[in-house]
Amino acid sequence: MMREVAVIGVGLSRFGERWNAGLKELMAEAGVAAIEDANVKSSDVEMLFGGTMASGRFMGQEHIAALMSDELGFRNIPAVRIENACASGGSALRLGYMSVASGIHDIVVVGGVEKMTDVTSAEAGTALGGAGDQEWELFQGITFPGLYAMMAKRHMHEYGTTEEQLASVSVKNHDNAYKNKYAQFHKKITVQEVLDSKMVSDPLKLFDCSPISDGAAALVLAPLEVARKYNDTPIKILASEQASDTLRLAARESLTSIKATSIAAQKAYKHAKVSAKDISIAEVHDCFTIAEIMAMEDLGFYDKGKAAKAVENGETRLNAGISINTSGGLKGCGHPVGATGVKQAVEVVWQLRGEAGERQVKDARIGLTHNVGGSGATAVVHIFGRAN
Amino acid sequence: MEKPSAGLWRKIKPRYNLVGSQCKKCGSTYFPPRIVCKNCGRESRMEDRQFAGDGEVVSFTTIRVPPDTFKDEAPYIVGIIKLSEGPNVEGHIIDNGRKVEVGTKVKAAFRRMYVDGEEGLIYYHYKFEPI
Ligand SMILES: [Zn+2]
Repeated sequence: MMREVAVIGVGLSRFGERWNAGLKELMAEAGVAAIEDANVKSSDVEMLFGGTMASGRFMGQEHIAALMSDELGFRNIPAVRIENACASGGSALRLGYMSVASGIHDIVVVGGVEKMTDVTSAEAGTALGGAGDQEWELFQGITFPGLYAMMAKRHMHEYGTTEEQLASVSVKNHDNAYKNKYAQFHKKITVQEVLDSKMVSDPLKLFDCSPISDGAAALVLAPLEVARKYNDTPIKILASEQASDTLRLAARESLTSIKATSIAAQKAYKHAKVSAKDISIAEVHDCFTIAEIMAMEDLGFYDKGKAAKAVENGETRLNAGISINTSGGLKGCGHPVGATGVKQAVEVVWQLRGEAGERQVKDARIGLTHNVGGSGATAVVHIFGRAN
Repeated sequence: MEKPSAGLWRKIKPRYNLVGSQCKKCGSTYFPPRIVCKNCGRESRMEDRQFAGDGEVVSFTTIRVPPDTFKDEAPYIVGIIKLSEGPNVEGHIIDNGRKVEVGTKVKAAFRRMYVDGEEGLIYYHYKFEPI
């Protein structure tokens, strides 16, 4: 019989270009914060799941989970690294959830980390290119901005989405990041500044793209039945679902929709016994501005082709209809790829506990996280709610 | 990344001649070639399939920030092309002065892709030319 699972502790490192922090410092910053928040002893932790995409490419360091466990003082516990491209963090959370739900472990730590700024941006781009089909996409010089640019261009062709609407995603996320002390950017921007930024791969400009970042995030999970022993405000995981698809964008059924997202979302809503309308806050995977628009549609918040207008109208700002990417998202808060999926859960937990400070959404009751790997070959969706 | 030369030679037939595969059981066509048919799974019966190379642009973009291997080629146009036989294929679109749009008809051509700076090797590949 499956047990219900709660998040009892969360922690983040500051995101950004952290020149004086290596992998160990970043992991310790987030991990210690999560353990203190959960009020558990290091010796209570039974297993660690660590998400990272390319620590070998970025830092020459593999075997990250055992390293993370040792740095956090968890002696000799089993520790496993999870690599699922940019969805490594969300995938690690799902495995942590499964290990507690199954009854195998009680207290489990889920971590995510990426240290990306020690290499040149061309090297980082090549490392990230491995999230697509290396033999056919990267080999032909088709970069990640290039793949999402082709989705954006097709979305514009089919639904009349405009470059201004794409830009408004970035403006909103920078506004939210401005209120988040952990965020990489604390600078509000305008639609015109996005449009005037350097063209990367048309129609996507520099300010349509999430940055290269360093950062880590951590969560402590426990069975719901004992969660209150550690924490007064446990947050329940109502659903944890995941789906996959082809790595090659060209082989997908559609360029304007990420099928893995819709499959994972529909399963998650069913399991949580909620609908898209019940979600008041969502952290979605805005690696590029077009990705947030497609996510809003694929998650069922808006009909296909209607999301871009909704962002432009301000319907997804803080305390509007549905508050999307309250943390600042990947664009404003930063995107250390392995940490992102875990960070999304940290933000939703803060919001549901009412601890999000200046960016708190009123009466946030049910929150969703959406973490994508590559151009859509993996999607992970989690739904969270207050324990009662 | 794998050594570019290894990745080229290993897939020389599809990269030079646009040879993919077709399932003898259900008729599905694939490019690049696959070993397992998506429809038939373990019942797959795959054989080589030569594609004619004509198709139309589903989407496209210009890459202005390239990976290191293409630093001397940028900016260049890439796209997803729907081949007349069915599958969608990614590739370079040759800038021959004609305007590229969604729906533009193209024809495959065999062209220089890039020069490997270290070894001075010239890599060739299929590309698509607007007609
Ligand atoms: Zn078949």
